[in-house]
Amino acid sequence: MQETITFFSGFGISDFWFLADAALKTLWISVLSISVGTVLGVIFGWMLHEGKWLAALTIGSILDIFRSVPLIIQLVLFYNFAPMIGLNLDPFGSGVVILTIYTAALVSNVARGGIEAVPTPMRKASRTLGMSYWQDLFYIVLPIGGRAVFPAWIGVVLGVMKDSALVSVLGYVELLKASQILITRTQEPFLILALAGAFYFALSYPISRYAAKFEQRWAQ
Amino acid sequence: MIEIRNLHKHFGDLHVLKGIDLEVKKGEVLSVIGSSGSGKSTLLYCINSLEKIQQGTVKIDGIDVHAKSTDVNKLRQKLGMVFQQWNSFPHLTAMENVALAPRIVKGKSKAEALHIAETQLKHVGLGDKLKSYPSALSGGQQQRLAIARALAMEPEYMLFDEATSALDPEKVGEVLDTMRLLAEEGMTMICVTHEMGFARDVSDRVAYFHHGVMEEIGPPEQIFDNPVSAHTQKFLANVR
Amino acid sequence: MFEYNFHWRPVLKSLPDLLQAGLLTLEVAVISMLIGITIGLCLALMRMKLNGPLKWFAVSWIEVARNTPVLFQLFFFGFGLGAAGINLPPYVIIVTGLSFNCAGYLAENFRGGFQAVPDTQMNAARCLGMNGWQTYTRIIIPQVFRIVYHPITNQMVWAVLMSSLGMMIGFRELSGETQFFASRTFRIFEYFAVTAVIYYVIVKLILGLSRLLSARLFRY
Repeated sequence: MQETITFFSGFGISDFWFLADAALKTLWISVLSISVGTVLGVIFGWMLHEGKWLAALTIGSILDIFRSVPLIIQLVLFYNFAPMIGLNLDPFGSGVVILTIYTAALVSNVARGGIEAVPTPMRKASRTLGMSYWQDLFYIVLPIGGRAVFPAWIGVVLGVMKDSALVSVLGYVELLKASQILITRTQEPFLILALAGAFYFALSYPISRYAAKFEQRWAQ
Repeated sequence: MIEIRNLHKHFGDLHVLKGIDLEVKKGEVLSVIGSSGSGKSTLLYCINSLEKIQQGTVKIDGIDVHAKSTDVNKLRQKLGMVFQQWNSFPHLTAMENVALAPRIVKGKSKAEALHIAETQLKHVGLGDKLKSYPSALSGGQQQRLAIARALAMEPEYMLFDEATSALDPEKVGEVLDTMRLLAEEGMTMICVTHEMGFARDVSDRVAYFHHGVMEEIGPPEQIFDNPVSAHTQKFLANVR
Repeated sequence: MFEYNFHWRPVLKSLPDLLQAGLLTLEVAVISMLIGITIGLCLALMRMKLNGPLKWFAVSWIEVARNTPVLFQLFFFGFGLGAAGINLPPYVIIVTGLSFNCAGYLAENFRGGFQAVPDTQMNAARCLGMNGWQTYTRIIIPQVFRIVYHPITNQMVWAVLMSSLGMMIGFRELSGETQFFASRTFRIFEYFAVTAVIYYVIVKLILGLSRLLSARLFRY
């Protein structure tokens, strides 16, 4: 034990907990934004599919803005915009709002792709069996289309999880911000960056591998 | 002349060719028939060294195909090959498809290569498709393009690997006609085929392959009308 | 409720500087993409064709690039290397970081592209007497480039968006420059709003240009 402490010089056990706590914050803001954003994104995707050009012109082009402007700019803008309309959001709140809309913008495209991946004859077949529009949507389109775009959705999820690091620009102390603080204090950049990197990697790599396997299995 | 002596080919545990002895003389048309998995396509792949062999020799005009010292790329210029899947290069026009190899492999000038391409495409009846991309051609046309592409290298031998198997039935005729034309012009050809009519009418000899063994070889009349081997008799009874 | 007074005048005054910084953003993105494409192609071939340490090297690069945040990668090339005594200027850090990231993502796109070209194309080319080099440069790679053309376009857009992280490491590309002006004038919202528009225009220009180019390049 004595040896480890001298080896890590400035880096103590309390610093480790500081990092772990920040990692949880990264997880928490990601899970929250991704779950709400996915639900919204699926609804938007459905509207884009059903609404044709009118939807494409309205929601389509608004969501497109969120895909065409750097996330970091969106975060700064919203954080400074919210007080103007009387919203007093802390960095976490602003981060969640923007990450959620950002997720929704990415998921809407994926979801529309999923709906379009279900062949029309299959949908006609389910309707001729007497299924209602909503039954067709839930029992046919959701499972088949969902399977088709599941890997793409995982891609979005992992992307947002990694991009959540950008909320640090507002001063929210998630994993990378915490790492930065610790590096300044302890002058142990390699150890701290390795820990932070390992956390992201350990979370992202197995999931992306699973998605790739899933895709291979369904491609055959 | 193509000389094959005691050719053995294994895919792992699978013994695909079990000691083939075969000679094909200049100007001869040989058809190879047999059920799928009999090793007849593998034979072609061994002849132009797309597959390595485990035992025996394949010689083309006296040159050992599988010898380490042999320049395979140079040797392959003698051998044109046409595949079941026509394999046109999708990013090139018909003309560019045919002109590419003469230009970069044989070092012909661009104008010369394009001239050869035009001549060969007209030869196989695609004179009106020079500037078309393969995606705009039917399967039969793409297969004729593949033949023209092979001919542009001025090969001395042509190998056809089930050239009509992947085609829609109504497109088979145009490709067989092109192959007939080549045979009449005196091209040396080995045709792995399921077209018994073609094998009977055009070939000088027909070989029947069964489980990696050449069971029988002879003039078409002998193979089709008086087959000796019981396997050949059974195969022919089934395909008729 | 809405008591904020917008002041656009200072932003308009520094618009030439912002546009200049926008060019720097484009420059950084283009250079990173060119490096990324070259290295990505090599990584894909190493991953597919080789075994042993070189394959392991390619796989590690690809997986780390894809499974950790870009900001983490920039931090690594920034104070990570800084701690080892290698102090890179911000320009080099951002180009290195983005190239590293793009190479990893593009490598997987290339790998997918190579797998999508049928093996039979290889046989057909070899039968015409082409050697390995000719087959790759004349037959395989042109087809791969068509398949990965859209992913490359998307990656280019990503490179532009990611370059905004220059702001986090003190590099004055478009976002860094914006932050510089914003913090001097306290017109944060106004500055970042204009910058958002500039990013949007850059992204749309890239997509439009890519579409024009693809119509000329791929006539089949």
